[in-house]
Amino acid sequence: MSSSHSNSTVASYEPPADLERLQRRGWIVGAVGVAACLAGWALNPIQFFQSYLVAWLFWLGIAVGSLAILMLHHLTGGRWGLVVRRTLEAATRTLPALGVLFLPIVFGMQTIFPWARPEAATDELIRQKAAYLNPTSFTLRGFLYLAIWALFAFILSWLSLKQDRTAEPGLSRRMRMVAAPGLAIYCLLATFASVDWLMSLDPYWYSSVFGVYFLVGQGLSALAFLIVMAVYLSKREPLEAVFKPLYFHDYGKLMLAFVMIWAYIAFSQLLIIWSANLPEEVGWYLERSYGAWKYVAILLALFHFLLPFVLLLSRDLKRDAKRLSRVAILVLCMRFVDLYWLAAPSFGHEGLSFHWLDLATVLAVGGVWLALFTGQLRRRPLLPINDPLLEEALADD
Amino acid sequence: MSTPATSKRPFALMAEFRSSKELLHAIREARGAGYTQLEAYTPYPIEEIWEELGHHRSWLPLVVLIGGIFGACFGFFMQYWVSVINYPMNVGGRPLNSWVAFIPVTFETTILFAAGAAVLGMFALNKLPMPYHPVFNVERFALASRDRYFLAIARWDPKYDRQATEEFLHRLAPQEVSEVAS
Repeated sequence: MSSSHSNSTVASYEPPADLERLQRRGWIVGAVGVAACLAGWALNPIQFFQSYLVAWLFWLGIAVGSLAILMLHHLTGGRWGLVVRRTLEAATRTLPALGVLFLPIVFGMQTIFPWARPEAATDELIRQKAAYLNPTSFTLRGFLYLAIWALFAFILSWLSLKQDRTAEPGLSRRMRMVAAPGLAIYCLLATFASVDWLMSLDPYWYSSVFGVYFLVGQGLSALAFLIVMAVYLSKREPLEAVFKPLYFHDYGKLMLAFVMIWAYIAFSQLLIIWSANLPEEVGWYLERSYGAWKYVAILLALFHFLLPFVLLLSRDLKRDAKRLSRVAILVLCMRFVDLYWLAAPSFGHEGLSFHWLDLATVLAVGGVWLALFTGQLRRRPLLPINDPLLEEALADD
Repeated sequence: MSTPATSKRPFALMAEFRSSKELLHAIREARGAGYTQLEAYTPYPIEEIWEELGHHRSWLPLVVLIGGIFGACFGFFMQYWVSVINYPMNVGGRPLNSWVAFIPVTFETTILFAAGAAVLGMFALNKLPMPYHPVFNVERFALASRDRYFLAIARWDPKYDRQATEEFLHRLAPQEVSEVAS
């Protein structure tokens, strides 16, 4: 019984060799996707930029959401977070790359956002908002959000690395001190980002709850991705013995909470706008329930909320890594559908028209992102080896 | 008139431990030795005990689920009946069956009935209120709500044997082993 304990203090938790294969696959998918995107960009630049926005927001949500969950873990503690801290840290270290991947949106701004087009100058309502919604400040703000998020990600990763090397006991507290303002700043910036990147697709429309909707979505994306990665790592050495059903139970409970809060926020927005029934607000919903979009909205209600909610009520399912990961994959798919439903109806196509570029951009950004993420994950031990609480977390009780 | 210590039909044998770790160890040992009718008493809830005791699955989640579903249907159709059937009224040109507006109340009644089912179901499944329970015949049992941990092996356990079970419990190094008069 005690022999496994002495073993675990010696182990260095080197990342499994399988991760290299995952990284290679990421590069391959990314390369194919990028080639397809280049072709699509040449053939149909408008569609390319519009699809690209959704794809970029989807993968960004996982990286930024991971930062939020990482900071949440630093503040609240818990063994569930300790064993996936390295996964979260690796995801947040992709933020500079996602900043580079923001460039196509800057270049394609005119085709994506109505307020960035020359004819917007003749629109009185948009002209009134031009002090905020103009290409220069949009670009600067976008890079500012990404830079500040990346800064917090790197401070936390750096402190974590220092803890690995020096085992200084005060580092846990310092990470907490960074995480507290970091979480508040994240929420503030993500709210602004939601206005810039999604809400302004329809420059007439506004909703004060939209920022929360956006950042809850990011948290849910990150959590679902985290579960998939945790299950992946729990099937391989060296973490095979580290993950306990109890942790998956905790991840499942967190995902259930996020699914519920997503539905709560989504419904709050609908109820308020539906009750007021003001023309400048309700048009947003009319666009999103017109024709085939109605079925996308129903799909979201059923598979972004109802099905995961009902499944995650089960205690057995939450403790079963395999079944939990299936729910997480469903949630990840629905995260994309949600972002697509938020963005695409504003692009002015007639009804729902899913383009192959919508898929190609997700694969391009996703492949590259996954490769970068795996590369980051491979660079450090899979557990924060010198965290003072790790020994307790690994003890078999 | 027999004193509790020599009661002819005892309720159980009970061992007192100083820590949850000792109690958990004792439960594992007792289960390993083939005892099935175990009950543990602790000053605060300990998650692992529920599993270690090998208790049957609780019906409570199902009771709560049924309560919640009933509450949801009740809340929604109450509003539907009022607004569509019993007293139809045109409010701002909205349809009579304005389901969006019905959701908050439906949500509230879901929680209300689920929570009510949880409380009442818990009482019913625990057979509460229970004015008398034999464990309180052991004087030191009062410490179960302070800093001591108790394990009881019931008389109706197939392996229960006054002598052998008491010896078994003593081997677990408890603070004290006492017979619980019924």
